[in-house]
Order: sequence, then structure tokens, then C-alpha cells
Amino acid sequence: MDSRRILITGLSSYWGGRLAQALEREPAAQAIIGVDSSDPRHQLERTEFVRVDTQHGLIRRIINAAAIDTVIDTRLVVDPLTAPLKLAHETNVIGTMNILAACSGSESPVRKFVFKSSAHYYGCEQDDPAFFSEDMIRPHPPRTAIERDIVEAEEAVADFAARNPDTTVSVLRVANGIGGDLHTSHLALLSLPVVPSILGFDPRYQFIHEDDIVGVLEHAVRHDLPGIYNAAADGVLALSEVVSLLGKPLLPLLPPWGTGFTAAQLRRLGLRIPVEMVRQLRFGRGLDNRRLKASGYSFRYTTREAVLKLRAQQRLRPLLRSGAESYHYEREIEEFLRWSPSVQSAPDRGQGVWRPSAAQIAQLERTLAALRPSDAADSPASARAPLPSYDDLTAEEVIEIASSLEASALAELRRFEAANRARKEVLAALDRNLARWRPSSAAQ
Amino acid sequence: MADPPEQHETAGEHETAGDPVADGATVELALNDLRRELPLAPGDLRQFLPGLEPERQVTDWGRSERVEGLVDRTLYEFLYHYWFRVEVEGVENVPDHGGALLVANHAGAVPPDGAMIGKAIREEHAHPRPLHLTMEPSFTGFPGVGMLATKIGGVPAHPANVHRLLFDERQLVLVFPEGRQGAEKRLRDRYRVRRFGRGGVVEAAMRARAPIVPIAVVGAEEAQPVFARLSLLRRLTRLPSVPVTSPLPLPAKFRIRFLEPVWTDELGDAPWEDQGLVQTLSHDIRALIQENLFEMVAARRSVWLG
Repeated sequence: MDSRRILITGLSSYWGGRLAQALEREPAAQAIIGVDSSDPRHQLERTEFVRVDTQHGLIRRIINAAAIDTVIDTRLVVDPLTAPLKLAHETNVIGTMNILAACSGSESPVRKFVFKSSAHYYGCEQDDPAFFSEDMIRPHPPRTAIERDIVEAEEAVADFAARNPDTTVSVLRVANGIGGDLHTSHLALLSLPVVPSILGFDPRYQFIHEDDIVGVLEHAVRHDLPGIYNAAADGVLALSEVVSLLGKPLLPLLPPWGTGFTAAQLRRLGLRIPVEMVRQLRFGRGLDNRRLKASGYSFRYTTREAVLKLRAQQRLRPLLRSGAESYHYEREIEEFLRWSPSVQSAPDRGQGVWRPSAAQIAQLERTLAALRPSDAADSPASARAPLPSYDDLTAEEVIEIASSLEASALAELRRFEAANRARKEVLAALDRNLARWRPSSAAQ
Repeated sequence: MADPPEQHETAGEHETAGDPVADGATVELALNDLRRELPLAPGDLRQFLPGLEPERQVTDWGRSERVEGLVDRTLYEFLYHYWFRVEVEGVENVPDHGGALLVANHAGAVPPDGAMIGKAIREEHAHPRPLHLTMEPSFTGFPGVGMLATKIGGVPAHPANVHRLLFDERQLVLVFPEGRQGAEKRLRDRYRVRRFGRGGVVEAAMRARAPIVPIAVVGAEEAQPVFARLSLLRRLTRLPSVPVTSPLPLPAKFRIRFLEPVWTDELGDAPWEDQGLVQTLSHDIRALIQENLFEMVAARRSVWLG
């Protein structure tokens, strides 16, 4: 993984929080910083949260101060259920512009930009292909506000990619998400006891499980995926098939003509059917996910399995509702746990993640300083007695420290390790870290 | 994708490795299919097609095994054997496996020809295969009709759909290149094959390196004759056309002749770039169907008895 210092925008969104949790388990990630305008909704161990709106000046300062190399933008509002239209426009178009402005510039440290987009980019039309692939241009101009926003945001990202050829820009067009923890208008529809549909239409639906959305985002962070990728599970199901898998009846409540009008009336009765959904209920949509699969990602669930998983969660929901305790972000507690000198054990230590303490780093640097004078002579490091403090460290710990060392110290450490214990994994890790330094030193 | 000459050599190896299909006329066919069955190059996206889920009864295209089986056992069975008394020639020209583009002449208000060609392959072919039928996209947007057509094997006519079916999934695809012009043909113009669009059909086959099987169908153009068209009603309902026609298909005698496949994979690297070649091949196939139609119509004694 090349990404070490990561910024997640939209940390309080479902995907932002889950992604941060996933990345926290990765020891190579030195710093994970999340920004959002509201408090995080997921419990995080070492991610640092900064409450900031999408003001490019402030975000730019964070990016430069923390030397962020990877920015993941998970903010996009793709469902009118999540935010009112005006706010959605503000977030999707103006917000994206601001984030991109904060990442651009010749001296910007950002080397990778991952943008979570939506399959709503393609729209739903009568003359659509059965499977959209990434290079297809949408046949008609966008018809709804959300689609217009998404197209505009993607245009801004494409523009950014063209202006910053050194930055890897990945755009992930994610299909309709499905899962017990998501809140979308489609899931609201599918959780009704009787699922309404349009008379005379049985649209094709392709979903992606919530775990796979997080998985795809993580995949884009771990690997370099320049370009656009469709993220949708294998298998396109007819709506009738989805509903029968959920064990519910399908009710053709909406007439084929005057659908929009009826949907507006139903909205008054409390059944929210947004315009995007009406179009999808009529024509459906399928995506070609093969480019993502060819890049090495394998989906955990097919569309059918994701629907079956949703069924299980829907059946459990009445039991879980009472006992569910949600997480509340308390700034003081989080800051105490992260920064107080009184905190003895890192809470994530048990999970195999180890971060060097300041004292340990200082100790290692002392041992390296002791090694330095012998540099002139020919390999005296091997002759010297093994340093006691260095021997105490396990291979894992050395690898961890290596990621925060300077090039000269790394070279030193490598020589010492090769002469003494020559642990293969340690040498490989040191080489990897040295390779990271090479291009930048050449540039200087 | 590996280039064709290399494929030739390896195809020979495959044959000696022991494929039972190697007698006389089908050798060329077998060779061609073997070429298609070769292992895929690393960058080929075909290896990433979604796997089959045996529990499902509906395909990713929306085709329902259950509905299709039901229609096939009742309506098609009756129409094929008793109403149109279909006679088939040359069904062996449809390849056993691999993608192939079937091209037929087309006429009639609610054309039964596509369904009868599909039924003919299921009934008469040594290796019955499903047939995907392309249909006018405006048809899919019509409530009920589009839904049913999709369930029994209809696919919206879109170049990307045809390519995926032919090249990636190696299926049989039936197209009516006359398109709407064919369906709107009046009775007095019957069996005069219209222009084949802009050659898009041939181009699709070339891109997929799939053979084209021309088909001449006699009978369909009299089974549901179009006497006139109502343009006002068409505009109101947004249907492709509203014809004045017989309420039920008339019991005309059907003859379906499958012609020799036209191979498109030996025309060079990117034959679709050469618009002249595309137009010539398109014209040749149209002429071939027309010629066979005239021959079949001249040979029959009666529209109803054949």
C-alpha cells in the first residue's frame, strides 16, 4: 500500500466511517484524518476527526500540514432521502469543487484521489444498453436534480484529473447499495410489507452490498486504479425476483401513465418515491462490473446473495430495534484517548496493530546514531556486538518503525540487519521503504 | 485478443487432441468453433463475466425460464405445428456453439417470425440453443408488452447489447436489419427486402468476429398483413406503429430457410473500419435473402397450403 497519510472527506457518512474503520486495521496507514460538518457515527480508534465544512482554504491547510498523500471523497449525496435537494446540490457540486481545489496545485502533497460517485450518473432511459460500461456516454442529458449534480461533480473530477496528471484519480460509480445499515429510498421501499411497482414493468436491478462498497473503496486506496470503475455486484435481478426473494408480494400500485403524478400523491400519504426511483422502477439499470473485477477486486456477495442477506436483516429488525445502542461521538473522550499521556495501552493493541511510542522511536534513533560513526569503515556493524535495545524489537516492530525513518537511517538499519539477524521480512520491508525515498531524493 | 493466424495453428492442435465433430461439411464449422473456445488472453474481460447461479430462473437480461417455457409449451407449440405448419430447411447452418448473428427478413404487425425461428432451432436443431431476439427500444418502454417480450427472450436493439451477447456470452442473436421499415411494410410490398439500415448489423458481427447466418422466411408477411397505418393513434400511444391489420394472425404456411453462414473473422484485423466492405457485405446478405425469398415464393402453390 502506497497510501500512508489519508484524508477521508465525509467521515460521518456511512461509507466514510466504515472505510476509516477498515483502514485503521492497516499498520502501513500512518495517519487517518477525517473531515465532515457533523460528528462521526462510527466508533473509531485512531482516526482523527476535524469538524470542518467543505471550505477549500481550511481543507488545504489540513492537507498541507498533515502531508496528506491520499484523499478519499465519500461525501456525495446520491439519494434525496439523505438531504434536501438544495443542500444536496451544495454538497455535490460546490463541495466537490472545493475539495478538488484544496487538492490541486503544484506543491500539493496529494498523489491519489478517490471519488465515490454513483451509477445514477448513467440515468435510466428506454434506449439504454442492458449493461453500462465505463466508457459509455449517457445517451440523454440528465433529467433529475441529483443526476445533474452527479454529472457536474464527475465533470469537475475529470477536469482535475486532466490538470494533475501525476495524481491517480479513481472514480467509482457505485450501484444502489443494499444492506441492513444503509438508509436509502430503495431500501425504504423494499422494507414495506408490500412492495409497490409500476403496472406493466418489471425493471432489472443490480445492487451492491454495503460491505462491498466499503471493500471497493478500500481496494481503490490499496491499489492504483486510475480511471472510472463501475461498482456493482454480479447478477442483475428483475424486481419481481428481488421481491420474491424477500418473501413479499409485489403490488403494481403506480399506473404506467401519470406515474409522476401518482407518486406525488403517494408522497403526501407518506410513501416517498423520488423521481430517480420512478425512472428506475420503470426502466431499471444494469452495469458491467468487469473492469473492477479485472483490477483484482472480488465481490463478497452477488446481487442475489445481498438480497438474501437483506431478507435476514429485515426479519431480525423487530428483535434488534429495542436493544440497539448507537454510538455517540464525544469530543473530550476521543481526544483524551488519543492524546493523553496517562493512557497506558493503545486500545487497538490487541488487534495486532502496533504504533511506536515516542520513547521507542527516540531509543531507536539513539542506537542508529551510535552506529553512524562506524559508517566510514568497512562493515564494522557486523563486528560490533548486537545492540540490546534493537534485539528486543520483534520483526513487526522494526517494520513499523521503518516506515517513519529517513533514508539515511533506513540504509543504516538495513546494513545492520543484513549483517546480524538478516530476517527476510525485515529486509524486504526496509527495501520497500528505501524505494519510497529514492524518487524524492532524485528529484532534490 | 490473440490475432487470427496464431489461432489457426492452435486450433489444429485442438482438433488432434480429439474432438468428435470432424465429419465432412461440418469440419470448417467445428474448426471455427474451436477457435472460439481457446483459452482467453490475460487482458480479456470475458473471463470476468458473472458466474451462473443455478437457483435463479431469470437471466441477467431479464429472460425468465418459467415464462418462456410456459409460452413455448402452449402458444408457440400450437402456432408452430398447427397454425403455421412451419417447414424448416438448413437448420444445421446454425452453429452448435459460439456466437452467431441470425439475420432475417421481417414483416407483419405483431411479427410471429422471430418466435417461429426460435422455435425452429429448439425443435429441429441437433443442439437446441436459446435465441435472443432484438427488438425496437421504443417497444420495451411500452407497459406490459416490453415486460413480456423481455421475459421470453427479447433484448433491446442496442449495439452494446448485441456485442455483449455475440462476443462475450457467445449466444445466438436474431436481428431484423430492416427494422421498423420491415414491420411497417404494407401487403403490396411483401417479400421486397428493405434497406439494411446503415450496415450496423454487419459491423456488429465483424466486431464480435461472429458468423452471420442469413434466413429467408416465407409466410410471415402474409400472416398478419398491414393494410394501413394510423399515424395519429401512433403519436398518441407512442408505439412504433399502429397498423390496421387482422385481429388474429392468418394461418399462412411458413417456410424458414437457414442459409450458409457468412464468416466475418477472416476479413482482416479491423474490417469494421472499412465502411466500403461493411456496406458491400451488408448488400450481399440482403441480396442473398431476397434471391432465396423470390425462389421460395415462386415455388409455392398456395399462400395457405404451401
